Amino acid sequence: MMESIAAMWSALPELLRVSLVIQGKILLIIVPVMLSVAYLTYAERRVIGYMQRRRGPNRVGYYGLLQPIADGLKLLSKEVILPTNANRFLFLLAPILSIGPALAAWAVIPFSEGWILADIDAALLYVLALTAIGVYGVIIAGWASNSKYAFLGAMRSAAQMVSYEIAMGFALVGVLMAGGSLNLGAITQAQEGGLFSWFWLPLLPLFVVYFIAGVAETNRLPFDVAEGESEIVAGFHVEYSGMAFAIFFLAEYANMILIAALAGVLFLGGWQSPFPDGTDGLHWFLVKTAVMAFFYLWFRATFPRYRYDQVMRLGWKVFIPVTIIWIFVEGVMAWFQVGPWSV
Amino acid sequence: MPVEQITFWIFSAIMIASALRVITARNPVHSVLFLVLTFFTAAALWLLLEAEFLGIVLVLVYVGAVMVLFLFVVMMIDVNIAPLREGFVRFLPLGALVGIVMVAELVLIVGPRYFGSDRYEAPPSAPADYSNTEALGRLLYSEYLYQFEIAAFILLVSIIAAITLTMRKRPETTKYQTPGNQVRADRADRLRVVRMDSERRERP
Repeated sequence: MMESIAAMWSALPELLRVSLVIQGKILLIIVPVMLSVAYLTYAERRVIGYMQRRRGPNRVGYYGLLQPIADGLKLLSKEVILPTNANRFLFLLAPILSIGPALAAWAVIPFSEGWILADIDAALLYVLALTAIGVYGVIIAGWASNSKYAFLGAMRSAAQMVSYEIAMGFALVGVLMAGGSLNLGAITQAQEGGLFSWFWLPLLPLFVVYFIAGVAETNRLPFDVAEGESEIVAGFHVEYSGMAFAIFFLAEYANMILIAALAGVLFLGGWQSPFPDGTDGLHWFLVKTAVMAFFYLWFRATFPRYRYDQVMRLGWKVFIPVTIIWIFVEGVMAWFQVGPWSV
Repeated sequence: MPVEQITFWIFSAIMIASALRVITARNPVHSVLFLVLTFFTAAALWLLLEAEFLGIVLVLVYVGAVMVLFLFVVMMIDVNIAPLREGFVRFLPLGALVGIVMVAELVLIVGPRYFGSDRYEAPPSAPADYSNTEALGRLLYSEYLYQFEIAAFILLVSIIAAITLTMRKRPETTKYQTPGNQVRADRADRLRVVRMDSERRERP
């Protein structure tokens, strides 16, 4: 049996074999990511429930564990309504444009030593570029819906994402200066040696800026002015229903997990153990991602929504100067050879 | 046909088609979106040239920032197409003439006579450990350092110029918030709790 499978495998043309292997790896990444997205929605409702002294969903399955599946089935069975005079093609393209980059960025994340789909040199730039493309889903959704509320949400979201991208990019410049590479695996390896040699300590201001900018970039509370239920109903996806809405939802959560995983890789040592002689591996990557994702839920349960002008003030007048100053400090320290980084 | 060539033909076909749609699309928003597609496929072609840094930066800067602002403006302003198309027939001969002259000049200079594929060898593909980012960084920060810094300086000047041009002096009556004071405000400044006993209402 095994031999016949092996024989069939080697009979395939080489190009097909290579592409099948890559597709298999993609499935190995996408399926767990989508499962974590589903269970992050469940975790969010439970965690916020307990923070607000109520129970959250606990009826479907044991402890409500089947709730995300029930939600998915419900959304699948609903109708996708096209608003009058909406631009049909763009209206349906927008959700795809928002989930595509959110999933494609996972190609360069190192899950453990050597566990990576595409070990490219410019990985950090690639991630930045893909998060930048994600804004098109939001803008096109807002414009194609032919609705004032959706359009307002799209405009706000575009302005917010463009401004926070700068702070985020500068924070990552600090990381690549310290790591001496754009490759995420190399950056992880540069943080070898336990809890206190990870970059969160020497780059603490950049870590804080990066994560808060990440929250703003994914349009999550307290920066969810793009949705702003109390002002513009649901912002850019107000006209979406059924699976089209669900895809926006999936993209948002996939982006959250991506930002959390990146924070783990860039500032918290990725797959490395916090103890100098502990075992490294996938479990540490998962733990760090889960902890950072938990912060998202915590923020949502704790903070009130920022006012739009204050979101802008924070991005332009606080974060960008902080990152520029810290990059300068890093340069000076590298020049005088203090600190963990080498020139 | 090797994979690289198939990829090249697919991406260049998409690029030319979308570039044509940029100028033929009726809706300006569609034009901008086609321009985005053009940039994106151009980035893919750059990746085929093993210039991954340039390709990704093209996506990051043009697709991710410049075109978002384009789209922003085009969506906000109400572009009326009809008056823009009014003089189309009248200006067509002149426009066509200019176009033909430009194409003729380009063909004369960058045509196959000097730049045909038979005049040059195919560039050797780079070894597996070649890093485009590193190569570019070395050139920019060593050989072309002055040019690089001058470009950066010009950009800085243009940023300051743009800000000063658009900055308007607000009237004196404009009210501003000072976030520092807002953060420092506490209950004692804002709230006074008054204790009073309940009173019996007098019958009239």
